[in-house]
Amino acid sequence: MTAASTSRGSLRRRGIFGPNLADRAFRLGTFLFASAVLALICLLAYQLVHASRPALRQFGWSFISKSAWDPVHGSFGVLFAIYGTALTSLLALALAVPIGLGAAIFLAELAPRRLRELLSFLIELLAAVPSIVYGLWGVFVLVPVLRPVEVWLGAHLGFLPFFQGAPYGIGVLAASVILSIMVLPYITAVSREVIQAVPVTQREAAYSLGATRWETIRGPVLRAARSGIIGAIILALGRAVGETMAVTMVIGNRAEIPTSFFSPAYTLASLVANEFAEATGELHIAALIGAALVLLVLTIFINAIARLLIWRVTGGHRRVR
Amino acid sequence: MTRLTRWLGGLAVVLVLVIAGCVRQPASGRRQAPAQRVTLNGAGASFPYPLYSKWIAEYAKVAPDVSVNYQSIGSGGGIQQLKAGTVDFGASDAPLSDEEIKAMPGPLLHLPAAAGAVAVVYSLPQPAAVGRRQAPALRLSGAVVAAIFLGEIARWNDKRIADLNPGLALPDSAIAVAHRSDGSGTTYIFTHYLAAVSKPWSDRVGADKSVNWPVGIGAKGNEGVSGIVKQTPGAIGYVELAYAVQSALSAAHMENPAGEFVAPTTAGVTAAASGAATAMQKDVRVSILNSPGAGAYPIAGFSYILVYREQKEAARAKALTGFLNWAIHEGQVFAERLDYAPLPAAVVAINEQALKTITVQGRG
Amino acid sequence: MTAVRHHHSSVRRARRRLANTLMWVLATLSALAALVPLGFVLYYIAAQGLPALNLDFFTHVPRPVGEPGGGMANAIVGTIILIALASLVGLPIGLLGGIYLAEFGANRFAGIIRFAADVLSGVPSIVIGIFVYALVVVPMHRFSALAGGVALGIMMIPTVMRTSEELIRLVPASLREAALSLGATHPRTVFKVVLLAARAGVVTGVLLAIARIAGETAPLLFTAFGSNLWSARLDQPIASLPVQIFTYAIAPYDNWHAQAWAGALVLVAMILILSAAARYATRGRLRTVL
Repeated sequence: MTAASTSRGSLRRRGIFGPNLADRAFRLGTFLFASAVLALICLLAYQLVHASRPALRQFGWSFISKSAWDPVHGSFGVLFAIYGTALTSLLALALAVPIGLGAAIFLAELAPRRLRELLSFLIELLAAVPSIVYGLWGVFVLVPVLRPVEVWLGAHLGFLPFFQGAPYGIGVLAASVILSIMVLPYITAVSREVIQAVPVTQREAAYSLGATRWETIRGPVLRAARSGIIGAIILALGRAVGETMAVTMVIGNRAEIPTSFFSPAYTLASLVANEFAEATGELHIAALIGAALVLLVLTIFINAIARLLIWRVTGGHRRVR
Repeated sequence: MTRLTRWLGGLAVVLVLVIAGCVRQPASGRRQAPAQRVTLNGAGASFPYPLYSKWIAEYAKVAPDVSVNYQSIGSGGGIQQLKAGTVDFGASDAPLSDEEIKAMPGPLLHLPAAAGAVAVVYSLPQPAAVGRRQAPALRLSGAVVAAIFLGEIARWNDKRIADLNPGLALPDSAIAVAHRSDGSGTTYIFTHYLAAVSKPWSDRVGADKSVNWPVGIGAKGNEGVSGIVKQTPGAIGYVELAYAVQSALSAAHMENPAGEFVAPTTAGVTAAASGAATAMQKDVRVSILNSPGAGAYPIAGFSYILVYREQKEAARAKALTGFLNWAIHEGQVFAERLDYAPLPAAVVAINEQALKTITVQGRG
Repeated sequence: MTAVRHHHSSVRRARRRLANTLMWVLATLSALAALVPLGFVLYYIAAQGLPALNLDFFTHVPRPVGEPGGGMANAIVGTIILIALASLVGLPIGLLGGIYLAEFGANRFAGIIRFAADVLSGVPSIVIGIFVYALVVVPMHRFSALAGGVALGIMMIPTVMRTSEELIRLVPASLREAALSLGATHPRTVFKVVLLAARAGVVTGVLLAIARIAGETAPLLFTAFGSNLWSARLDQPIASLPVQIFTYAIAPYDNWHAQAWAGALVLVAMILILSAAARYATRGRLRTVL
């Protein structure tokens, strides 16, 4: 890393944008494209705030502290959806990250080359399945399979509040499982790429010191790949939080705070997806856009916390990303 | 192959596609043909989609220079797009309220294009059939259905259900209620019916395309509800007639104002629609729920096509009125086969009158 | 003393070996666990979709229910066009943005851009659809393939940007220095050397992004709209596989359901072919030593 910073540092010493036109144009060009993302987010945020103003003005803070969704009587509060989004996304990640990372390690380190290429290809195919197909598969295949599983869980772990309630099959658990399947390819593929990109010398150095395979992976390899893996997890989290179609078909769509993994629930994204196409009242539409705005803020919040954790984990004062 | 070459190659492919797209049009005689080829866009409810797509295909045989593109993005979506002027006609299962009409940029016509029934479907575990191939259908009244969906009746062998069904052995099991999670015209019709027959429902919940359901699981779309009802023993839900028929679900016989228990059929819907024809002369948006008359199915509703009375372009207006006129006359023969009820003659006449009032910047 | 130390070290060695084996087992199990749902899902799609797949499916436009011979040909073409348009929007911003973050990304502003990309990846697809509706459809007064392409392109950006940045950053300094020492300018170094070295990973990111947007329905409903006619014009509504699958899946008719599954099968197959072709074209991972 020092060599790289030297070359970058020496670039910088020669002037802000580099010594010649090509370098300057390159920096400016890529900068403009990169800032397009920022411009998009700002524009999106502005649009959402603007369109949801009627609802925000009417409800104020109760919009996020109350749990109600009554289009007939004009009463809206998205607390239940915030809960649902957070619960299903976190549960989905809890399922997908260990499996995804494990699979990535297997593919990158343990699998013979032909097998690795074939299996990586197959796992990435999971990303190609349309979300509505996941939803349909969930309703027709997963939910009937989950019902006896929920019965079993309720019988053996029913003393925990998470495993109580009627085993409909449809609910938080089904949604989380589907989400975890949907985000698995992101975690696996990106982690695999990142682990594979760690230079051979790092591994060889560890082996020469007598480390086992696992110790090599746990040590230098994962440390070098860490920021990439975290990036993959954040991407996966983003996907989980924003998924609409598949979740909406298996989560039960109940406007109440879920009390267990078996309860039906609602997420902010599926709330918008379900009702936006049919909504006609001005307050109703504004409330739905408000839900989208709350989701945006929630995503910012989750990402900020993730960054804080990363900053702590990667040693605080050093450059974060 | 260098990266630059690959980039250029990709760009070339895209350009070719773009050009191919633009070039294809004259080949199909769109721009140069003397008879102006018009493509109409419509958007709205998904309930009438199968019927409208049949109409579009059949009309293309009658008038080959008019193409119609209809997409089901939801009744609300259809209304929003009509408001924004991105489509020529909208389709909605729920008529617009007076306020909503005022919010539109121009005067609107509601044309009932088809009528449908909302079936109350259920799945009861079949008792061991003793000398009987199929259990008789469940009989329900509006008040009982409202109580079930309010959560007041929670078990199948409740006295109120048993009283209506003396010949049926009802199990002592919980009722699993399924309702729609997405806003829909089906919910609109169903909740309006419940509000009409049950004061507790009207007070607590009300009626709209989306409501705050007291109990039950929300499923997406008609197919979501029929899926849940089919898979969950002891479930009850409401779906459009076509879904009940196609999924072979048991549908309850509902009690109508005449005291009969009527099965949801297209004949029952046509009977309901005929009963309301006179009231429709004043306001075409009148509901055909709980329609008086023999054999009328109580939970019935129209699906409306919405167009502006004042059209902007002559060619498009002509194509539009041509299509709609055909739809309300010749198009009706296709309704029955697709589980929609054909419009009674009185309603067709009302529509004819309405279509005649369409003007293009002044002229009729 | 030596005997005790020897005993300790052999116990520790055994423990380390056990940990190693355990990891082996867990990793293999994880890989299997990742493949199991794929197997289930693909099998189900194939089982439901294959019966409805025939030549008509690839050559005809949709027909009303009950009429034989309908297909999704216009939707297949539409999806290809939409992916191409989306790539035109998403790839430059994602790739060049990722390059910026990797090469010049040490400052605070770059941190904000990274954050913005992460947030963008969490925006639900329907919200992006509504956003592009207000941005493109309303001014144009019509639905268009262009609007659909823009919406999908926006959704591609975070994945492409993130993966490109990570993979480019992992290219070792020795490679860059070698190029710079030969007198290459910064852009040349990046495009000719670094990107080439990182290409396998970047392609993975791009393919993941394309795979995702190819299956999205919600953003297209309000932008590209959908069509049951032949159309390849960019300023008109256009059919697409996800929208057509959605329309058929929510209908009551079994043969439409079968066609929806066939559409899903075709979509997955298309992405499979695209992935295989892209991987083949960019094969060869630069095994770096330093």
